[in-house]
Amino acid sequence: MVLKPGVVTLPYPFEPRPVPETFRGQPHWDHNKCIGCGGCAAHCSARTIFIRDVCQEVRVLLYDSSRCTYCGRCADVCPEDAIVMSNEFEMATEATEDLTERLELFMLTCQRCGRCFDMEVSNQLDKLGPHGFRYDNLEHRIVTNRFADQHDPDALKETETYERPSKVED
Amino acid sequence: MFAKLAGKAFKHSLWIYHCNSGACNGCDIEILNVLTPFYDVERFGMKLVGSPRHADVMLISGAVTRPTLPLVKKAYEAMPEPKLVFAVGSCGVGGGCWFDTYNVTGGASKAVPVDYYIPGCPPRPEAIIYGVALALGLVEKQASPIEMKQVEFPIDVYERNKAWEERNVIYKLLDD
Repeated sequence: MVLKPGVVTLPYPFEPRPVPETFRGQPHWDHNKCIGCGGCAAHCSARTIFIRDVCQEVRVLLYDSSRCTYCGRCADVCPEDAIVMSNEFEMATEATEDLTERLELFMLTCQRCGRCFDMEVSNQLDKLGPHGFRYDNLEHRIVTNRFADQHDPDALKETETYERPSKVED
Repeated sequence: MFAKLAGKAFKHSLWIYHCNSGACNGCDIEILNVLTPFYDVERFGMKLVGSPRHADVMLISGAVTRPTLPLVKKAYEAMPEPKLVFAVGSCGVGGGCWFDTYNVTGGASKAVPVDYYIPGCPPRPEAIIYGVALALGLVEKQASPIEMKQVEFPIDVYERNKAWEERNVIYKLLDD
């Protein structure tokens, strides 16, 4: 005997469904607050954040959310609170490029000598290389853009002889 | 293209084969959650089937580990055409934290061609429904790449050059 009959099913895709308050969704960078310290890149467990200095004064931050676990560590360590975990979860796409975020930041240089700011050769992240810390760089990074009709079997063959990546030599 | 194809070919029902390729069961629980009366995807005619030979859609959860790689390929080949492949969860989309470890191929797209990606760790049941509704053409895509630039230089270049020249006056005096 049902006292209060009703419908429990959510009319979800046709009506929005709010998330709980503590939900961590897609992180967003505030490019006005970001100082380019790279703390988020150093702490990211899935290494989804890449930092590269394209020239003396411009630093590029590339975030690839395709393998992000939304742990919120980047927002925790950010000293300027430039990263906000938004409540976006409707991120389904056909291409992983839609999940990227790219920031171009101006970096300050030494007012006396004009450079002093370490270039990428002596970057802190590169110094960690001999200790086994590796990160993808923008130049050699293959953006995994495989639609079903663009799928190339050669890339598939590469996985057959997959080996553990060796340590980076300095 | 796939939205069109999905709209035509998969108009009435989608039978889903759920393929766990080494996931932590977080995504699997959310996929099963989607089938409960609360979220109820059966109103779109979706149904879990036990064999890939009966399925139209394969949901791959988990970074494809090396032992499961041939099995995932075999399951993909066993599905009849036309077929859709969804990568569910951050492991399926890009490999998660294990994207470059020795025993993982790094995402479903490294093993089979993937049509739709549903990120999240694990994705909310609503996110999975959204992904499937996107394939059916019921909703519009919301994700897009974001590019931001600091257009204004933090220090006024003119002032800085002027300060630079003023500071170098002493060297000019010394040269004379």
